[in-house]
Amino acid sequence: MLYFDNAATTPIREEAFQAMLPFLRGRYGNPSAVYSLAREARKAIEEARKNVARAIGADANEIVFTSGGTEANNWVLTALKNFEKKPHIITSSIEHHAVLHVCQGLEKDGLADITYLPVDKNGFVSPKDLSAAIRADTRLISIMWANNEIGTIQPISELAKIAKDNGILFHSDAVQAVGHIPVDMTAIPADFLTISAHKFGGPKAVGTLYIRKGNKLSPFIRGGAQERNRRAGTENVAGIVGMGAAIKSAQIGLAQENQRLSGLRDTLIDLIEENIPKSKLNGPRGNDRLPGNVNFTFDYIEGESMLLLLDMNGCAASSGSACSSASLEPSHVLMALGVTHEHAHGSIRFSLGKINKEEDLDALMTFLPKIVTQLRAMSPLAE
Amino acid sequence: MEYTAEVMDHFSNPRNVGTIEDASGIGTVGNAQCGDIMKIYLKIENDTVEDAKFKTFGCGAAVATSSIATELIIGKTIAEALQITNKKVMDALGGLPSTKVHCSLLAEEALHAAFWDYAQKNDLTIEGVKPPQEHEH
Repeated sequence: MLYFDNAATTPIREEAFQAMLPFLRGRYGNPSAVYSLAREARKAIEEARKNVARAIGADANEIVFTSGGTEANNWVLTALKNFEKKPHIITSSIEHHAVLHVCQGLEKDGLADITYLPVDKNGFVSPKDLSAAIRADTRLISIMWANNEIGTIQPISELAKIAKDNGILFHSDAVQAVGHIPVDMTAIPADFLTISAHKFGGPKAVGTLYIRKGNKLSPFIRGGAQERNRRAGTENVAGIVGMGAAIKSAQIGLAQENQRLSGLRDTLIDLIEENIPKSKLNGPRGNDRLPGNVNFTFDYIEGESMLLLLDMNGCAASSGSACSSASLEPSHVLMALGVTHEHAHGSIRFSLGKINKEEDLDALMTFLPKIVTQLRAMSPLAE
Repeated sequence: MEYTAEVMDHFSNPRNVGTIEDASGIGTVGNAQCGDIMKIYLKIENDTVEDAKFKTFGCGAAVATSSIATELIIGKTIAEALQITNKKVMDALGGLPSTKVHCSLLAEEALHAAFWDYAQKNDLTIEGVKPPQEHEH
């Protein structure tokens, strides 16, 4: 099996798995209770909180555990409607659906005015565009740290500073960044940050909303005093413990792993460009691209048929194209770069991670060019 | 979403891929915006489909429906071939996921477009042929 879908999810790290096991069996105490069985669980949660805080240069009190990145994004974006009648929110046109669809929902319900900033051909938001979009009633700016499809790392420091200088709250969906590239909240004046555990070898369905000290958000989920009254519901103890162990393990080797993956990424980009004519890299090159992200469009080929043939060769990758409904939606990220529909329907993402080695790339290249040739022979666009 | 074995068979070993140099009729339907483009070539002699070829840009279901549609019409008279509806295309493939039903419609429309082209070129009126139409799939 050649797994190149690490931006979708990652296999669980051994450290995380081992740390979770006791809490799936003997240590089942409810962390809110007073007896020693419960205190063990409480202690483990607080240890995990410290690990997450340490990894992003935060204070443990600023870390709130959620059911994942989607909940954290929903929380920040919808909490705002409690501030005033109809706030203005600025986001980008290439956000994950967990931000984009929430914004569209707010807009539809008449609860917020939204500005979707355009991006350049490599997916970058321009700080100038952000400054120009700010209005008197702008209350929140939400820009993703790094893009899941094309790997673009935004100039977050600059964007967050613009928000701060204008007295506007700043949130970043950092699901693709944390655990992969340095994220330091002492250096970035952001108010909120979304983290998801399963993107860096933690378990699924657990994440974090970082809330900078001094910011108050009304709860998204009510019903108990957990997480210091900020997020109700009995804690996902094993999940939280797994997240803490995973982020600790990811941080230890982050610099070396970052370098190794960037090397693999650039090797794969070179291999594809050298061996497959009419292949076009989507997104930027170099340090402004996530270390594990490779995204190509192969002219005249549609994404799903490509994925099916890759799967037949034992290879898991993903496509931005979603030919799955009566109105076929090409990737909104690719379309925002200003490419044609045809180009957007043909994008394939190979996302590399901890489990990938150099020989995986050689294995991929034994069948990738053949698949492209096979599909082009079938395509009316290649005539 | 899961494809049947028949769909996977026609997707991975598509029948009749290619073009026909001196085609009697060519039908192209779909567009890049939809994500599916289907082009069907027909060789018609004595009111019978002697040969059919296709080229398709699209998902697995789009390839499979094009493949089976060409297979179903070869050797048929025009009148018989026009009885091939999207339902028959789907049945022959053992069904399609609900989100992919539009691909079978595209195959039916591509056949009609090719017969329409044949009729136009030969100044014929063929009963039951639907002209190609612009639409969003």
